[in-house]
Amino acid sequence: MDLRTLITAPQAGTSRRTFLKTAPLAGLVLGVGLPRFGFGADEPQKYGGDGMPHGLQDSPKIFVAIAPDGTVSVVVNRSEMGQGVRTSLPRIVADELEADYKRVRVVQAPGDEAKYGNQDTDGSRSTRHWFDPMRRCGAAARQMLEQAAANQWKVPLDQVEARNHEVVDKKSGRKLGYGALAVAAAKLEVPPRASLKLKNPSTFRYIGKDDPTLTDGPVIVNGKSQYGIDTRLPGMLYAVVARPPVLGGKVKSFDAAAAMKVAGVVKVFAIEGTPPPSEFQPVGGVVVVAKDTWAAIQGRNALKIDWDDGPHGSYDSASFRAELEAAVKKPGGKVVRNDGDAYAALAGAAKKLEADYYVPHYAHATMECPAATARIVGGACEIWAPSQSPQAARERVAKRLNLPPEKVTVNVTLLGGGFGRKSKADFVVEAALASKEMGGTPVKLTWTREDDLHNDYFHTVSAQHLEAGLDASGKVVAWLHRSAEPTILSIFAPDPKTLAPFELGLGLTGMPYQIPNVRIENPEAAAHTRIGWLRSVNNIQHAFAAQSFIAEIALAQGKDHRDYLLELLGPDRSIDPRKISEPWNHGESPERYPISTGRLRKVIERVTQEANWGRKLPKGQGLGLAAHYSFVTYMAAVIEVAVTPTGEITIPRVDVAVDCGPMVNPDRVRSQIEGACVMGLSQAVVSEITFKNGRAEQDNFHQFEIVRMNAAPKRIVVHFVPSDSYDMPLGGVGEPGVPVVAPALMNAIHAATGRRIRRLPLRDQLSAPV
Amino acid sequence: MTTLQINGKSMNVDAPADTPMLWVLRDHLGLTGTKFGCGMALCGACTVHLDGEPVRSCQTPLSAAAGKKITTIEGVGATRVGKSVQNAWLAIGVPQCGYCQAGQIMSAAALLQKTPKPSDTEIDGAMSGNLCRCGTYTRIRSAIKAAAGMKGEA
Repeated sequence: MDLRTLITAPQAGTSRRTFLKTAPLAGLVLGVGLPRFGFGADEPQKYGGDGMPHGLQDSPKIFVAIAPDGTVSVVVNRSEMGQGVRTSLPRIVADELEADYKRVRVVQAPGDEAKYGNQDTDGSRSTRHWFDPMRRCGAAARQMLEQAAANQWKVPLDQVEARNHEVVDKKSGRKLGYGALAVAAAKLEVPPRASLKLKNPSTFRYIGKDDPTLTDGPVIVNGKSQYGIDTRLPGMLYAVVARPPVLGGKVKSFDAAAAMKVAGVVKVFAIEGTPPPSEFQPVGGVVVVAKDTWAAIQGRNALKIDWDDGPHGSYDSASFRAELEAAVKKPGGKVVRNDGDAYAALAGAAKKLEADYYVPHYAHATMECPAATARIVGGACEIWAPSQSPQAARERVAKRLNLPPEKVTVNVTLLGGGFGRKSKADFVVEAALASKEMGGTPVKLTWTREDDLHNDYFHTVSAQHLEAGLDASGKVVAWLHRSAEPTILSIFAPDPKTLAPFELGLGLTGMPYQIPNVRIENPEAAAHTRIGWLRSVNNIQHAFAAQSFIAEIALAQGKDHRDYLLELLGPDRSIDPRKISEPWNHGESPERYPISTGRLRKVIERVTQEANWGRKLPKGQGLGLAAHYSFVTYMAAVIEVAVTPTGEITIPRVDVAVDCGPMVNPDRVRSQIEGACVMGLSQAVVSEITFKNGRAEQDNFHQFEIVRMNAAPKRIVVHFVPSDSYDMPLGGVGEPGVPVVAPALMNAIHAATGRRIRRLPLRDQLSAPV
Repeated sequence: MTTLQINGKSMNVDAPADTPMLWVLRDHLGLTGTKFGCGMALCGACTVHLDGEPVRSCQTPLSAAAGKKITTIEGVGATRVGKSVQNAWLAIGVPQCGYCQAGQIMSAAALLQKTPKPSDTEIDGAMSGNLCRCGTYTRIRSAIKAAAGMKGEA
């Protein structure tokens, strides 16, 4: 998810042009690289990677270098945060290049989108968007090496062939290694796209092969890996910041006397924050610079700060919950989908069901807290940061330091988790400001866990109300879904209160079930904290509500949930997302990426078969099912749960079936889904951020809990529903594993206990009296 | 000046006695393999061995480490158990982002040193202090069993 892509989709009933002209965030958008989205009404809509700012690049002159010893360097333009991109993208290039992967090394690109194409590592897009360009890149390099060999041997091009790091003369059998050909090949023009000969997928050596080997595996297990927090520069100082605890808060006054007495503290100073909407800029506060991190933390503890909280100082998430729940009980709000006449159909229904669901704020809580190192030498700022969006960081630093962007270098380290948090550059800008204040001296600025939980860009909070009208045969004839949730747009624009197209498109409007009358409403909700995107984003709440509610409807009629879900899905069909009020479509072409109910059906059938759906389980145990389409990938899960009489749960097994189109690295697809399952369980069972007096109440992992080894599923089994060919477009992988988890678990808990959980997280709801 | 025995080497540190070992290792000695995750012994990312015992270095002051044998992720591969754990981690593809894995490996190595064939309950007991936000727990469990030569039980 990012700001730039949300602008590429028209708002419902509004042209893109009008939106850009009238939306208050247009000025901000310019700062994030608008050039791809011209204002001309005639410009054709661009999709996929082409529609992203700075688009795609595929030249081997950008991404591939071959040394005289034959070592192939492949530049990775995306950030590694656990999804395996530093392994997957080079494998694509190496395969088409006919390189021996053992002789491939990986080079990380700094933030420079004009050169490397779009670098936003989010939205489950890296492999999805870069599979084709990286194939072309490898193929072009291979053909240049072949041409260089043919030139040297003075033989026709079709007489030579690249095979495993060598070019072979098919007639004489003589060979030249890639290292020997590199200099001559590099002087050749890159062949035009139309002349590229991509490999037949049946000859792939690396793409699609199951291999757990990771580019960074060896340095991760021996402690030599370099995350953002690990940067060390000569003469480096260490900083932490005391930030306003409330959205829009400011430092009224501060007293640094005691802090300056802490051994090792060098300097204390205030930095200006950007008032809301502060976008990716820092919120301000007081910086403590010291000779080590511990001294900086101790110095900060000794600060006396008087805060001006501002208007959000009364934010209380308990009363806000009541406010949101009241809002969704009332008919109305922005109508974001309206098929047929749902209100009339509800009024005339033989049976009516309704339910309300609540999902709280969550924090990203990346294991590596935000951290960045900056130095300024000769008017140029150099940064090392675990950034999901180094171009955005570069632009924000340049803006704040008043430097041209080319004077700012953002080196991308490994990320100790990202999940959307590290798309935001606030912590990077803070490091640059601290270095500037210290006369350009290198400064590493680290967020503590308390900082991370208090000043995150939180997952939004939501209340949802659903109603279904059934005819006499039990068929759903009306579907009403009303959701109130503060929007991510609130970090970019003053006080927006309804969801953006890209948020609606995350599992709300694109509801694919075959129901004649559908109405989806989005009542207003104001944001009282920074809202950001967290892995799978609004899908979390939308899938939780819809997939729980369908199970409720099925069970209310004494029907099997799986059978009812498939019946509701209807016959296999290919839906144009625009026809169901979902024009955003993850930024993808509606022709290339229609919504396929057949693919959703297949993952439901596969996962229920693998989990032995319908089997009898002892009392206190149950199976729960959920399915969801997100990031153009189809996912279904069955969770097996065991609940003790005192309400403790254990999860012996989770089955997940996925259809994400063709895969580059099946083991990393599997690991992403396993991890998404655990993250989804944290959200379902234990995690929650609450606010009192405008402040996040959770300080550390004893209060913001996440699932630990003892509560994790004993087994997670991922089943691939294979795609027919590599001609099919790729789906996303990093995020779509999350949304199915909470509803599958709550459906399982219902099967085990008869208790329906409609409010996340579960916590002690099962041990509380009914 | 405090002298420490780290990974078999003698190292001198000039830091206040109450400085947590985490920051001594990372900021003073450049051993950044030991990670900061919470500062309250809640996440296990900073786990090191003190005379073979797993401890959270964020809650271990410099004064408590003096005179003891300290092993960090940079040195644990020199032990047979440590090496087998690292190899199992690679063979099974445990890491995602990898940030917590130094602490996971240190906890796992300490477990296997004492309990060469741990049960699931023993694994839970030794590993539940180590958080992984990427959610690699099932693979960690498999890798511990693989390192213990218990393949097939994973």
